[in-house]
Amino acid sequence: MTRAAVRYGVTALVLVAFTTAVLLLAGAPPWDAYRSLAVGAFGSWGRLARVLTVWVPLTLCACGLLYTFRIGLWNIGVEGQVVMGAIGATWALRHPAPSAPVAVAGALAAGVVLGAAWAYAAGLLKTRGGVNEIFAGLGLNFVAQGFVLWLIFGPWKRPGVASMSGTAPFPPELWLPTASWGRVAPVAVALAVVAVAATAALLARTRVGLHLSAVGRNPRAAALFGLSPARNMLLAMALGGGLAGLAGALQVAGVYHRLIPAISSGYGYLGLLVAMLAGYRLAPVPVIALFFAALNVGSIQLPLVLEVDSSLSGVIQGAVVLAVLVVHGWSARRAPEGTP
Amino acid sequence: MNGMELTTLLAAVVAGAAPVIFAAVGETVTERAGLINLSLDGSILLGAMAGFAAALYTGSVAAGFAAAAAVGAVVAAVVAVTGVYLGQSQVAVGFVLTLTCRDLAYFLGNPLSRVPGPQVSPLPVPGLADLPGVGEVLFRHNLVVYASIALVPVAWLLLYRTRWGLAVRAVGEHPAAAYARGVDPRRVQLACAVVGGLLVGLAGAAFSLAVKPGWGRPQGAEGMGWIALALVIFGGWHPAKVAVGAYLFSLLQVVGIPLQALLPSVPTQVFQVAPFPLMIFTLWLIHLTRSEAVERWAGDRAWAWRLVHALRASAPRALGKPLSRE
Amino acid sequence: MHIQLVDIHKRFGAVHANRGISLSVGAGTIHGVLGENGAGKSTLMKIVAGFLPKTSGEIRLDGEAVSYRGPADATRRGIGMLYQDPLDFPALTVLENFRFGLETAGRDPRALLADLAGRFGFDLPPDRVVERLTVGERQQLEILRLVARNVRTLILDEPTTGISATQKDVLFAALRRLADEGRSVILVSHKLEDVQVLCDRVTVLREGRVAGEAERPLRTNDLLGLMFGTVPHPPPRCENPAGTPVLRLDGVSAPGGRAGLRDCTVAIRRGEVVGLAGVEGSGQGVFLRVAAGMVRPRRGRVLFEDAPLGRRAAAGRVAFLPTDRLGEGLVPGLTVREHFVLRLPRVPFLLDRATAGPDARAGIDRLSIRGTPGTPVEALSGGNQQRLLLALLPERPAVLLLENPTRGLDLESAHGVWRELQRYCDAGTALVFSSPELDEILLAADRILVFHNGRMVLDTPASRTTPDELARAIAGLGTGAAA
Repeated sequence: MTRAAVRYGVTALVLVAFTTAVLLLAGAPPWDAYRSLAVGAFGSWGRLARVLTVWVPLTLCACGLLYTFRIGLWNIGVEGQVVMGAIGATWALRHPAPSAPVAVAGALAAGVVLGAAWAYAAGLLKTRGGVNEIFAGLGLNFVAQGFVLWLIFGPWKRPGVASMSGTAPFPPELWLPTASWGRVAPVAVALAVVAVAATAALLARTRVGLHLSAVGRNPRAAALFGLSPARNMLLAMALGGGLAGLAGALQVAGVYHRLIPAISSGYGYLGLLVAMLAGYRLAPVPVIALFFAALNVGSIQLPLVLEVDSSLSGVIQGAVVLAVLVVHGWSARRAPEGTP
Repeated sequence: MNGMELTTLLAAVVAGAAPVIFAAVGETVTERAGLINLSLDGSILLGAMAGFAAALYTGSVAAGFAAAAAVGAVVAAVVAVTGVYLGQSQVAVGFVLTLTCRDLAYFLGNPLSRVPGPQVSPLPVPGLADLPGVGEVLFRHNLVVYASIALVPVAWLLLYRTRWGLAVRAVGEHPAAAYARGVDPRRVQLACAVVGGLLVGLAGAAFSLAVKPGWGRPQGAEGMGWIALALVIFGGWHPAKVAVGAYLFSLLQVVGIPLQALLPSVPTQVFQVAPFPLMIFTLWLIHLTRSEAVERWAGDRAWAWRLVHALRASAPRALGKPLSRE
Repeated sequence: MHIQLVDIHKRFGAVHANRGISLSVGAGTIHGVLGENGAGKSTLMKIVAGFLPKTSGEIRLDGEAVSYRGPADATRRGIGMLYQDPLDFPALTVLENFRFGLETAGRDPRALLADLAGRFGFDLPPDRVVERLTVGERQQLEILRLVARNVRTLILDEPTTGISATQKDVLFAALRRLADEGRSVILVSHKLEDVQVLCDRVTVLREGRVAGEAERPLRTNDLLGLMFGTVPHPPPRCENPAGTPVLRLDGVSAPGGRAGLRDCTVAIRRGEVVGLAGVEGSGQGVFLRVAAGMVRPRRGRVLFEDAPLGRRAAAGRVAFLPTDRLGEGLVPGLTVREHFVLRLPRVPFLLDRATAGPDARAGIDRLSIRGTPGTPVEALSGGNQQRLLLALLPERPAVLLLENPTRGLDLESAHGVWRELQRYCDAGTALVFSSPELDEILLAADRILVFHNGRMVLDTPASRTTPDELARAIAGLGTGAAA
């Protein structure tokens, strides 16, 4: 057995042990819970379609985060960028357009722009205002969330009553078309695939990727090569925010067909976990995003089946990342010098 | 102020600041030793849940606080062990724990939602409570509030007037040098993480057993961990200044309530997120105090010069950078 | 205390830093450990002081074999060390630094500090924050602290780097006093004159082994022969008539370093080689960064070819080489070739494995860098990193600014660097370099600027000055500008 195999084995064991302990603590039969998670995610075509629907924003957010991690920024603001993308799309869809496809395309574009602008704002606070990007991004997340609530209960409230169920739904011709076999929008999946390919190309094969690496690994040396750390940071933030904004716009145009208070569903934060678990590399992102999406969808029926809260998926997702960090650190410590 | 007396207002400020003081002073101790525990927002919630659950099942509020402190200490120890002993990014571990602890709290606490439970009872200090003015502001609270007030000088004494505190500050500045003087920096960092974590856990219980009694989703303590983390920066890693920040924050919250009634056209959601842009603004101001232009401007104005220098402080030099093994 | 080292080995992964070193230091003597950079001196001393564990071998203190659990354990047994990068706490006060880790057995630390300082003639305000002390004062504080801990052997690693001549005299007097009190002193240095002035006995290290030992009288040529095998020839120097001014500083003040840079007016001419002398942090670093356009002056102007120096205007014409190669000059994680891509005047949007490949290969050949275009720069040795930085310089810069260009290099590599710089000089480039070594400045420069406390206190042709005059200027004496 190789070291890596041992490492994966130990990680899996730690994870299962922890999750089982949590389930027992909550008084839920562990085996039933695991079965319910699996059936809930892959039990039918419809379920699979929902998994893909969650996979799209997770993948988009994680791809976007690779730009910011590459330059050494913790873009915690990704959550708010998703929200702003959703707001942008809603705003665009509320305006008349010559045709439905134009309206939807405009909505997606508005989402990208608003998400990028929100990230750019966090970037400016960092580069110009000296505010750590974690606090800037986090603060802007809360602001974006407050903004959504204000819109839903204020200017964009449903005719008559304002409620937590969100704005009035858009007419069906403004919805992204769904597949025949399940409620997933093929356009959204295609956009996520394109984002993965584009990110791969941009990071590995263009000067953008090289510049981000150079600044991220040594800003002072990069400056000697004539690169501006601040400009590259803003570029990375805008690229990441744009993808997050696209994720938010797709939530509006392809999933909820309106603006709801929990429009981001925490996918931004979850995207951070995906990127971390992927070791800040692109290749594992789609697979890990699929795993996380399956956990999210699988846990939805837990309250009905086992009367436990659906936040179990979040516990498992966090525990996976933590277990990997711990086991990775442990094996690196024990590895003799000179072996990777 | 719509008939609200000044003393009542100040009393509310002192009471409301209690949990934030626990969390922010705890994090100050941890960061002074050079370790960042970013998990506050999650561990406060987990502490709140554990504290409420323990108090509910045992019927003892003290047991609740003990359980919350234990939970906070365990979470902080995880950050310290993975960050310091296993060489992983403290920010990464802390962030993962923020989310995981929050979800764990919601998951395990689900059956406790909106269940009525015990809470800390008021304990006016005999004699002092009847003093005019001061009595109401400071001495008609519960033990949690008194503890939060006492914590600040205690933390200051520990950090600045004891051998132990000297070791903590030394480790946060230069772990390798502390090692050369016979102090194991990793052990100090683990200890400070645990002490800080205990206080963070207590902050959680202070919410669920005193300030916002009960458990639910949302509990009402959401976001407070981030505020506490920002207050540590605001206070320049000094417990007294951190506490000043916590009281200012509490004041804004208390003043916000009557203000909402005065401005019915502004939706309540705006008030709920108001602390966060304010947090960004404050951090920006702190950054400004280090700029030359401000230095020059304040040079001619005694009050401004004093203010700028009070706000200006640099982080412990080795913050987030543990001793690397050579 | 009598210290014996027997067959000490130390390996860092593949690097074999100490290869069977044995030496013996008698009680009450001042023992020199001499060697080039990279000879294994610091590693050996960190082992003796308990900061690093040895791979094999034996340490005997007064005849008894010991193994320590850490530096504090070594200090308890009577061995203390002043490290090259000071292991103190800049943000804490003098008194706090003094107290921390000290068992004063009931004595008031403040009184003890005052007492000891008086005995050695040191002036250390107990409540001053250590970062506001000079390097020399920080050494004094460490010495007092270790004396208070009753060390019987004091190890000093390159203590004369970064202190003024006056402070060096004070230091050496203190060390002699310690030896007179019966303590042993081990002085680690790569500077012959320090060892010659102070030491009773010298062990010379070369490439991790003992190259030989010598006793008083210590003859220069004997020591050089032991250090280098043969005495190397100095590199040829550039003899150019200075041309017209190319870079001017006009009343420039700028922040940075310990003292910043204050009110500096000077013109650099084409083809000149200008050496910047001074205690480290006296303004030379800021001078170079201001001249490179990396630090904006708070007051005054910087003119390049009679136009204000902008980040873009002088791109490729004014080049800067920082001293901290991996910290400031190269990007760890990127390969040699990728550095050449970054240097391209216009980086193409699409890159592939061939982009800048020929440039990289040409650079590697020209400077005989041991590496390939695909080698990550952190895998190169210090000398090869410096050669890579030279290879990355623009073709024909008008001004080349170099901060300690030979720092950490062995003599052969250092000469290689100067041979390469020669080429630029011959092509009419103005060279401005700083160095902590007066010898290097006197050898290479035709004009010398001396900095003290942020001010330029002397501007003289190299041919018309003496080491003595320079040393006085560096110490801030005799110029009327001492603050």
